Amino acid sequence: MSDIADRVKKIVVEHLSVEEDKVTENASFIDDLGADSLDTVELVMAFEEEFGIEIPDDAAETIQTFGDAVKFITEAS
Amino acid sequence: MRRVVVTGLGMVSPLACGTEETWSRLLAGESGAGTIQRFDASHLATSYACEVPLGDGSNGTFNPDDWMSPKERRKVDDFILFGMAAADQAVRDAGWTPEDEEDRLRTGVLIGSGIGGLSSIADTAVLLKEKGPRRVSPFFIPGSLINLISGQVSIRYGFKGPNHAVVTACSTGAHAIGDAARLIQWGDADVMVAGGAEAAICEIGIAGFNACKALSTKRGDDPEHASRPYDADRDGFVMGEGAGVVVLEDYEHAKARGAKIYAEILGYGLSGDAYHITAPAEDGDGGYRAMVAALKRAGIAPDAVDYINAHGTSTMADTIELGAVERLLGDKAGMATMSSTKSSIGHLLGAAGAVEAIFSILAIRDQVAPPTINLDTPAVTPKLNLAANAKHEREVNVVLSNSFGFGGTNASLVMGKVSD
Repeated sequence: MSDIADRVKKIVVEHLSVEEDKVTENASFIDDLGADSLDTVELVMAFEEEFGIEIPDDAAETIQTFGDAVKFITEAS
Repeated sequence: MRRVVVTGLGMVSPLACGTEETWSRLLAGESGAGTIQRFDASHLATSYACEVPLGDGSNGTFNPDDWMSPKERRKVDDFILFGMAAADQAVRDAGWTPEDEEDRLRTGVLIGSGIGGLSSIADTAVLLKEKGPRRVSPFFIPGSLINLISGQVSIRYGFKGPNHAVVTACSTGAHAIGDAARLIQWGDADVMVAGGAEAAICEIGIAGFNACKALSTKRGDDPEHASRPYDADRDGFVMGEGAGVVVLEDYEHAKARGAKIYAEILGYGLSGDAYHITAPAEDGDGGYRAMVAALKRAGIAPDAVDYINAHGTSTMADTIELGAVERLLGDKAGMATMSSTKSSIGHLLGAAGAVEAIFSILAIRDQVAPPTINLDTPAVTPKLNLAANAKHEREVNVVLSNSFGFGGTNASLVMGKVSD
């Protein structure tokens, strides 16, 4: 797994208090990992902070799964 | 009007997490004061306070994990965490965690705070300045708002009745209990979870009260003796933190389910000073009128009051309240016992009135007045017994609990043994 994926997973595990093995490629933050809409806002903020990027609101809405997040950040970094 | 009784108690205090742990330490004359541990306060005029003892939950310590999951806790200020812990204790003590929808519709929550998420607001202001608005957490507002204890409690237990909060500085806890009792009397709810919480021991909180010249400053080397109500050598209050929550219930409702009943809320009085933003009127008239109103509502003569839990903050205002109580009791002042439990736990601000109402209820249960510790040389010669430095075992049937707040807002609660 890439360095980016590891770092994203660490953030997800910390913020949503979920087991690491639940954070799979297609795991949806809301449907599978117990996040609500405010949690997803905070997750995106944490990604921005960790990777020094800006994720516009319309792009943030497309980040629904762990895989979406890794893909977006890999392309943006 | 329906009668209202107390059927559950919950508390997080500087002496301990838990009502009974706190009460036994209070009766033993312990102090919850010490040098501030949570942050470096050495640059402030006051470097000590009464902090909630953190730990693994054993021996009366407060373990945050016992009350909210790490995920939920990260989203709220500590005043909400303390409030949730006290509320959880209270509803379990009352045996009132109903699954039935009608029971939930008839149960409300009214828990306030004097200041709310002060440290969260301060921290977020710094973050905003340093990193910009995009770094402000979506949980900042719902984690700082005062009514969010009531919101969180209702969500956890499914309580769908009145959901409300009081904000009246240091009278908050007493107003919350009094107002909640009235909601039951008027039939808006059968059960109310009511009280106050505070967590203002932070840099901006200490600095702010220091600026008001309200806090004790001269006992950095001896914090345990800094909170000394009525003593000639007192120099301001010592800030405390924590929460007190009670379960109030319609008397018939409590009887019908066989609930354990601690006491009855007999009277509640409110008044305003219309005098000064931080100081009480010299003649104590505001407090006096609140006490008179509470006793009138209770239909009880002043000379029937056995124990008074004073507001008594360890400031110059102590003797003003003392004078007002002596005026109220008249010739019978010598028969009553009054103490300030703030001598042990400091001033819990918005939680004070609720925590002290609980102490007053336990005074009835155990027939004992808790002590005013650190009272070595009274500033004036009191007509009342102030339970100086030792608990006072005596008959306690009727209690009065006073709370006075900045802005000149006063509340008095009269509570007593339940009789048929």
